[in-house]
Amino acid sequence: MAEYTPDYVGTVTKYVFVESPSMTPGELALRAYEASEGVLIKETCFGLQVTGEPESVDRLLEEIRSFDPTHIFVKDRGFPPGDPRRCRANLGGARPGYLGHEREFRILRYITRGLEELDRREGDEAEPAPPARGKRPLLDIKRLQELIDTEES
Amino acid sequence: MAKVFIYPATSLILSDLVARFGHKPLGAALGIRERIQTAGVDSPPLQITPEEPKRGLKYAAVEVPSGVRGRMAIYGPLIEEAEAAIIVTEADLAFGCMGCARTDELILFSLRQSGIPILELEYPTNEEEGIRFVAAVKKFLAGLPDGGEA
Repeated sequence: MAEYTPDYVGTVTKYVFVESPSMTPGELALRAYEASEGVLIKETCFGLQVTGEPESVDRLLEEIRSFDPTHIFVKDRGFPPGDPRRCRANLGGARPGYLGHEREFRILRYITRGLEELDRREGDEAEPAPPARGKRPLLDIKRLQELIDTEES
Repeated sequence: MAKVFIYPATSLILSDLVARFGHKPLGAALGIRERIQTAGVDSPPLQITPEEPKRGLKYAAVEVPSGVRGRMAIYGPLIEEAEAAIIVTEADLAFGCMGCARTDELILFSLRQSGIPILELEYPTNEEEGIRFVAAVKKFLAGLPDGGEA
């Protein structure tokens, strides 16, 4: 078994997603570079990946969020940027995890709306009712048979 | 700042909202990062070594497939560490092979058994639901120790 020596030990990597009508990932990257102070920044099609010491990354993210607070979203990443085990340059096709991000990216506009509305209502007595958890209809047996037939033909 | 387990554990929306409202999200990336940054035997792509299914025995019985136990070696410590949890049920991005599916069931079971405060929601499908979704998350997080907007 081969020995494994990790890179970027002690660092954190975070994704920054921008879903904004007024800011592109390119613009975000330029502004982030200005405030980076040693944090590694990689521009992507959806935003950025930032890698560095935890305190430096947190400070940069605070700055980045302030550019457009309700349209910029952040999450942790396990791998450093360009890791050959994850980078699509080595694997081909979409990076593992990308399709999940793509799915959630479509919902981000609703979250943005929620954040804006809550900011607007700040201090209001009236609070939105919690979301009702509706029961989804089960798959009809005839529809299942149709799906099976379609698949087999 | 409370440690909040998120499910789906890779969720961008939950991870962002938890951090935005001043708490620490516990997701899959933390467990993966720990393994990626630890020297040892090369075991690509996720550095899940033969040791992980053994560690997973703490969370699943020995007759449970090693795939589930290996995954639980990542999620189990996070669940133990969590002081609260937010679960999005019926998330259509939370699917995978049988190992993932069974692990997901075990994660949800473990969370519900742990007795920590849990918020269960569904992803919004329109703006009105988006407002209620964010409001529910904000209210839940504000009720946790040291809650409040970051």
